[in-house]
Amino acid sequence: MKEYTFFPGCSSEHNASAANMENSIQSMCRILGIKLNEIDDWNCCSASIGYAGGGQLPRMALSARNFALAQKQKGNADLVATCAACWLAMRETNERIETEPHIKADLNTALAEAGLSYDGHIKTRHMVEVLIEDFGWDALKAKVTKPLTGLKVAGYVGCQTNRPFGVCGDSYENPQYLDQMIEATGATAVPFPMKVACCGGALMFSETEKSCVLTKQILQSAVDNGAEVIITPCPVCQLNLEVYQGMINKTLGTNFNIPILYYSQLFVLSWGGSWQDAALHQQVIPAEPLRRFA
Amino acid sequence: MTYDLTFAKDVYQKAEMGHWIKMCMQCGVCAGSCPLRAHWQHSPRQLFQMVRAGKRDEVLKSSDMWMCTSCYNCIVRCPRELPITHIIHGLARYAETQGAADPKQPTRRFAVDVFWKNITATGRVGEAMLTMRLYFQDGIGAGIQRGLEMRDSALGMLKTRRLNPIPFRGKIKGYDGFTKMLAKAAELEQKLENKA
Ligand code: SF4
Ligand code: SF4
Ligand code: SF4
Ligand code: SF4
Repeated sequence: MKEYTFFPGCSSEHNASAANMENSIQSMCRILGIKLNEIDDWNCCSASIGYAGGGQLPRMALSARNFALAQKQKGNADLVATCAACWLAMRETNERIETEPHIKADLNTALAEAGLSYDGHIKTRHMVEVLIEDFGWDALKAKVTKPLTGLKVAGYVGCQTNRPFGVCGDSYENPQYLDQMIEATGATAVPFPMKVACCGGALMFSETEKSCVLTKQILQSAVDNGAEVIITPCPVCQLNLEVYQGMINKTLGTNFNIPILYYSQLFVLSWGGSWQDAALHQQVIPAEPLRRFA
Repeated sequence: MTYDLTFAKDVYQKAEMGHWIKMCMQCGVCAGSCPLRAHWQHSPRQLFQMVRAGKRDEVLKSSDMWMCTSCYNCIVRCPRELPITHIIHGLARYAETQGAADPKQPTRRFAVDVFWKNITATGRVGEAMLTMRLYFQDGIGAGIQRGLEMRDSALGMLKTRRLNPIPFRGKIKGYDGFTKMLAKAAELEQKLENKA
């Protein structure tokens, strides 16, 4: 049993938009023997748009409070995030705390108002790093009991697990890890030139029409390359690609109906988990191409 | 057109990562990296040159910084390793604190008036409330219109248990301390800027 401190983030809460990611990741961890110890009373990290309302210190205080709670409750165990945006915001904050003494001092002055303190030293990791580094490809493949043979999948990496930090030293322009995950389940990774193109991120909310054009190009590229489903490690990507398909079809004259899944859902299904375990009942666009493996 | 010689100095000292602008060699790699580049009137490269040229109003009133999707393409490509994403965010924030940002700029409005308010009200994002406030910021009529456009998606989210039917969420337990912490952080941030 491997244990980690866990930061789920707002989108993974019960009845929140990434509940399918959260539920499938919990199943994945059960199968692998991972125990995720959730930080009690965590707060939102403000993702990549906290700068506008929060500036530097208030924005970073959000993540600092989560680190402080983690340290107090669980010591310096590695902190695992499942959301790309949370992982990035926390890593950035931790890096500045550890390299800029005045930032660390100011954040601790702010934390003291909440009766907390944080002295650095907690490593923030994305769940995909845990899978690759702490388990490894052979262990992930060894779990497969129901290979997804013949399933054609486009691996959409997006931006924030990829840049600026990257996953396990992978390339920024053509990362391989998600394709390797697809192949590890027995499925086929289709060529996907738009795998690191941006979907618009949080600007989908404020600049919907402009962002829909970006998302359309990503969906088109996947479909043109024969993908039956798209998988992603990022809940913002997942939401943008799935939930806006209807609007894109209506406004841009397309006819998309392609399921958008998480890597964790493929793993759980190929490892013998049920439809329910993989949270495949929580897709707005039903995961029909996976029915033949259920 | 006014050229303000104190502007560059202000940005270097007061905007997040602003001092890095001095290091830009104007190669233009960043300009080709923004996903929404067709909607930027001035690319990051141009904005940095305008800062150096003292074009205070043109930079701070611009919509450009608010077109940043935080994709981090520029950061990994810049040959001088400027933290461009954060410089652009810093310029947007500086425009906001100077009262120069257009209050109706859609991303400014979403990020400041909707998102930041939403998370600081309880400590976490309330997605249903976030969506409602976003839709209704232009009044009831516009809100219903946008709601209708997205109705099928919202129903799908509700059915698959990915949207909470109850829009109000409780506060985190440590909300009192959380609020005091944010107030102190804001106070320190101001001191930092005044000192600079
Ligand atoms: S990524 Fe978004 S939803 Fe998740 S905790 Fe951070 S801000 Fe909240
Ligand atoms: S692709 Fe879009 S949602 Fe995904 S990380 Fe990039 S900006 Fe965020
Ligand atoms: S890529 Fe870097 S050096 Fe080149 S113009 Fe942009 S900021 Fe300046
Ligand atoms: S992070 Fe912002 S500034 Fe940099 S390339 Fe992306 S959109 Fe452009």
